[in-house]
Amino acid sequence: MGVRAMVGVAVVLLVNAASRLSRRGSGTVAGGRAGLAVDPRLLAKLAQSRHMALVSGTNGKTTTTALLSAALGSTGRRVASNATGSNMPAGHVAALVGGRGAPTGCLEVDEAYLGRVLDDTHAEVVVLLNLSRDQLDRMSEVRMLAERWRGVLEQSTTTVVANADDPLVVHAASGSTGVVWVAGGLEWRDDAGACPQCLGPISFAAQAPGWSCSSCGFARPTPSWVLDGTTAIGPVGRVEMVLGLPGVFNLRNGLMALAGAWSMGVPVEEAAAAMSSVIDVAGRFVDRDVAGTPVRLMLAKNPAGWSALLDTVADEDAAVVVSINARTADGADPSWLFDVDFSKLAGRTVVATGDRWRDLSVRLRYAGVPHETEASPTAAVALAGSGAGERVDVIGNYTAFRDLLESS
Amino acid sequence: MSALRIAVVYPDLLGTYGDTGNGVILERRAAERGIATELLMARSSEPLPEADLYCLGGGEDGPQVLAAERLVADGGLRRASEAGATIFAVCAGFQIIGASFPDAAGNRHDGVGLIDVTTTKGSGPRCVGEVAVDPDPALGLSRLSGFENHGGVSTLGEAAALGTVVAGVGNGAGPAIEGAYRGHVLGTYLHGPVLARNPDLADLLLRWATGSGELEVLDDAAALDLRSERLASVGC
Repeated sequence: MGVRAMVGVAVVLLVNAASRLSRRGSGTVAGGRAGLAVDPRLLAKLAQSRHMALVSGTNGKTTTTALLSAALGSTGRRVASNATGSNMPAGHVAALVGGRGAPTGCLEVDEAYLGRVLDDTHAEVVVLLNLSRDQLDRMSEVRMLAERWRGVLEQSTTTVVANADDPLVVHAASGSTGVVWVAGGLEWRDDAGACPQCLGPISFAAQAPGWSCSSCGFARPTPSWVLDGTTAIGPVGRVEMVLGLPGVFNLRNGLMALAGAWSMGVPVEEAAAAMSSVIDVAGRFVDRDVAGTPVRLMLAKNPAGWSALLDTVADEDAAVVVSINARTADGADPSWLFDVDFSKLAGRTVVATGDRWRDLSVRLRYAGVPHETEASPTAAVALAGSGAGERVDVIGNYTAFRDLLESS
Repeated sequence: MSALRIAVVYPDLLGTYGDTGNGVILERRAAERGIATELLMARSSEPLPEADLYCLGGGEDGPQVLAAERLVADGGLRRASEAGATIFAVCAGFQIIGASFPDAAGNRHDGVGLIDVTTTKGSGPRCVGEVAVDPDPALGLSRLSGFENHGGVSTLGEAAALGTVVAGVGNGAGPAIEGAYRGHVLGTYLHGPVLARNPDLADLLLRWATGSGELEVLDDAAALDLRSERLASVGC
């Protein structure tokens, strides 16, 4: 590492320490940004001597990164990771500086930054989860992202661990030389109705997980990793996954992480055992307490995430608080609320809150879900709990979840 | 009278911005008034079904071109419009029902030609943000609220503007106007979905589609509160 990079690292540490002292956020992004200002090649230099893995996609990035980090650490090696979800280069720099000396790096990467981060890190493995609509006012359209991923991966020698169930991901990965196909599931098909190769109609098989384009024959590749209940079946046989996180979508994330770890040479038994210790992913799915009311706090950011989460909580009858914001990090246009089937909440006590509770209230009205409204999220939790001491399910989109996490 | 048929056109291609919600909203508002209603999700792989009211939504560039090609080849939307069906189109859908529109590279594609609107590629940045519109007084609507997100610029021929832009961009060509309508064909750039924020626009479409002059009043306090708050967010 040259002098410039060493100064860069020192600046990252200094800014992080200063911002922790002044209590302005966790400091990770500020430090990373300052370091990159000193040395724009800092990420490349920090990644140079490490085994690197990247995780990207619309949904499941943070959870899969946590599971993959645990799996990669099962051999006793230290793993540097951006566990808080700061998934742009400044966050990556901060994570690698924070984990100095760790021989392995596992980074969650914002979909739009995958090319740049892969160029910088020369990662051995890239795990691609799924692509669907998210933050329509900020992100490029999902097809454009798939096309850009494909361009990047065609030029790279990295091993791509790709979800065979998502036509957009398959399109992105199929130009690369080494692909490990995984049956990662697809919660949301409405962005994959038109073939990414020829725009012909993609038809999804009713029972089997297959899909194909009736115009050009583009079809689901045969995955080498599949899920059978809670058992992962891969090239080296069957391994049981006992996860501390709820829902089928987390089992799918686990399968992707397992395939990623295996691709980096980690024995699957050890990897699976290490993954079972992950119970808290940046505060998600964890029992908390908001102003005296016990809550289960959950995050859903876009239609695909909501669909998966509403299915996971469907069997419960606890009161539900739904909190919706539309700040910069959420996307300024909450039209997507109408892509979410909120009728699954009918019959439960529901309270609408967050900056955009009015949008949500109108959405719930048309979904036939009677509900109350309360502008303050903490007051909404109290209203839903009504002092009975029973646990309340709280689901928020990005900044709404973050604010509730901080107040819990 | 047989059931009111509402078709959401090609949700597999034109469903990117939550605009399928417009179909759901129309269906609920009709059903709450005791009007027998059928909501059809008309996928692009099937012939377009017959309906009284068609809703088209926003979509990405590639799917938009494909949707226009299929609608032109199918012919059903044009036939329905000529027979008096109500057509309500948002964003990419608005461009599709016009004479022509550009793809991502700026190449011109034929629209269905239901309304005299021509869209070209804008030279400035993409128009993204809240919009407030004072509708044409002839429509008898209150001030409209919506969220726009488009790169195209639309010029009207023999069609009236939906209204005058008070905040935001709208059609983006010449005077500050938004959307277009002629007969029972109405197009707009407003998402939100637009009918969630503007229940009187939803009811205008229902009156066109059912031919009934009066509709039972519904409790729209939540929607009107949402509209006021959104308009206030842009100082209107």
